[in-house]
Amino acid sequence: MVTTPLLPSDYLDLISPLRAGADLRGRIEAVHPETGDAATVVIRPGRGWRGHRAGQYVRVGVDVDGVRLWRAYSLTSPADRRDGRVTITVKAIPDGKVSNHLVRRVKPGTMIRLDQATGDFVLPPVKPAKVLYLTAGSGITPVMGMLRDTGFDDAVMVHCAPRPHDVIFRRELHRLVADGKLRLTEVHTATDGVLDVARLGDLVPDWAERETWACGPTGLLDAAEEHWSRHGVAERLHTERFRPGVVVAGTGGEVTFSATGRTVCADGATPLLDVGEEAGVLMPSGCRMGICFGCVTPLKAGAVRDLRTGEITEAEPGVLIQTCVSAAAGPCDIER
Amino acid sequence: MTAIDPTAHLTAEQIEELGRELDAIRDEVIAGRGEKDAAYIRKVISAQRKLELVSRGVLLFSLFPPAWVIGTAGLSVAKIMDNMEIGHNILHGQWDWMRDPKIHSTTWEWDHVSPAAQWKHSHNELHHTYTNVLGKDNDLGYGIMRVDEDQRWHPVHLGQPLWNFVNACFFEYGIAAYDLELGKNLSKQRRKDPEFRARARAVGRKIRKQVLKDYVVHPLLSGPSFLPTLAATFTANVVRNIWSHSVIMCGHFPEGVQVFERRSIEGETRGQWYLRQMMGSANISGSRAMHFMTGNLSHQIEHHLFPDLPSNRYAEVAVRVRALFEKYELEYVSGPLPKQVFSAWRKVFRLSLPNRRTGAAGTPDREPERELVAA
Ligand code: FES
Repeated sequence: MVTTPLLPSDYLDLISPLRAGADLRGRIEAVHPETGDAATVVIRPGRGWRGHRAGQYVRVGVDVDGVRLWRAYSLTSPADRRDGRVTITVKAIPDGKVSNHLVRRVKPGTMIRLDQATGDFVLPPVKPAKVLYLTAGSGITPVMGMLRDTGFDDAVMVHCAPRPHDVIFRRELHRLVADGKLRLTEVHTATDGVLDVARLGDLVPDWAERETWACGPTGLLDAAEEHWSRHGVAERLHTERFRPGVVVAGTGGEVTFSATGRTVCADGATPLLDVGEEAGVLMPSGCRMGICFGCVTPLKAGAVRDLRTGEITEAEPGVLIQTCVSAAAGPCDIER
Repeated sequence: MTAIDPTAHLTAEQIEELGRELDAIRDEVIAGRGEKDAAYIRKVISAQRKLELVSRGVLLFSLFPPAWVIGTAGLSVAKIMDNMEIGHNILHGQWDWMRDPKIHSTTWEWDHVSPAAQWKHSHNELHHTYTNVLGKDNDLGYGIMRVDEDQRWHPVHLGQPLWNFVNACFFEYGIAAYDLELGKNLSKQRRKDPEFRARARAVGRKIRKQVLKDYVVHPLLSGPSFLPTLAATFTANVVRNIWSHSVIMCGHFPEGVQVFERRSIEGETRGQWYLRQMMGSANISGSRAMHFMTGNLSHQIEHHLFPDLPSNRYAEVAVRVRALFEKYELEYVSGPLPKQVFSAWRKVFRLSLPNRRTGAAGTPDREPERELVAA
């Protein structure tokens, strides 16, 4: 009643954005380069942060050029860091808006949005006697969280990266090796070629007895799953898959109206509002020319093209589109 | 009446070319939207909230007259900022591209008795689509006034200067009633319509909350300053109402602004739509502070051409739009606030009387109101 139509929190956020009870945010306190295209971002999470387990990931909402974009990154800090900070380690991917921003441009002091940590790529409560980590590229990040969190008596890692200087956390890994805490095989794919999982036994003879955590590109994980199940030890393998590939925008495509459960074909020129109405879906609308914002609807999957500017919008959580001026750019899912 | 079409010299091709040029301006601004713009709206929102907090804080001591004056002035400005530069523009979707659910047309609620959702329908959808079309755009006179010579005069119009003044003082309630289409919905049958009743209940809830906050909770918090605080909030609301009413009247009422017949928009092309927005709106000239306090509705012409472009960009867009007005030899109606307000009020008074005859020599004793006839 005191602050209607706003909430008291809208005012408190001005003073203390990280307080308990606020929407979960984090302040970036430092960015440390790891390799030419990867960096570790140190984040002080707000009071509402419930902590994480090694191997889990967190979704972060970062404003890039004024637009809030959400991405998931593995946490690389141990679960109980004394200073309460957490780290994510980000590899800049070509044309990756968020990853390039975090690796190359973001300034300490920037506020970002956070979700609670999640994911079941974690260590079991009782630590296994023998462990194998099979990783490639930035697939090492969740595993680094585990290595920093728990010491194992017998841990082996097979890690793939194009060249030695592309190996994220290389110095730290080699320190672990020197201290006798890890046995490491680096596969440098630029010179050695890609790892043939079927021949993993050459590198790690007792691989089948080990509790294995694997993280990396789809090809590697598919091969690993096949290999483990062929040898009847599928239950020993834990995998973490990265976000499925980038949407390729085309013209037109199959449009699913998921709330109504209807799917129709649409060309690349017909507004989705018309497509929906034609299919008998109840679509909110107003001006039908892009000015009233009476037709905004969540885009759950796929991509759409703005018929006025040609701009492509890809589905992401929380993305709303104006159906009267958007057409299908490939298959998409509209929540109506 | 004599219909002089101020766009008669344009060919159909020219009108479409004009539309393409305006589209190009729009595309450029959209492509250039970014961090600076986002920082701008965040800064304005945070400044507004701080100003409101401080002003309400000062009003706790409003028993002391200087505190009353400062608090009331601060609160008035805060309320104007909330409604104009922030609320109006966010509800237009101008900041939706930021994908910040807190600064979004679908979630924003403003310090106003009309619920955002209802206002968006009557304003964004009806007014902005049917700008200045008689019988379709009820913003023309809010259904309570005669605003064009073409509308038939009735003795009841004699009172319209008074209605207009009362409406200005309690403008937010006027808007709420208007968004509800109260006039036409009060008939016995319509009153029972469940949809109308739901909307009326929503307005009731919003009014209750607003009144409770401004006239009960805050005065009570002020303890001994109960009455001065109550008077201060009332004053701030009236100041905000008169201010926004004045600014809004300047948008489509001043002399030189065209109104259109219903049939003139049938089959309207993109270019013709743009042209109607250009001829149906008027600007307020002035300082940056003036533009800010009007929520950049001083750039009404640009706002009507591009209602969803971020408000902080209208000033730069205006330069280019004005050049197009010159290129196509069209009249860009603009003037300082006092002049435009005066012009709008003069029209309210003039049209409260029946149309005057033109002089014997055939010269009208005033600028003739023009009408755009569909090509
Ligand atoms: S219906 Fe008005 S913006 Fe889509």
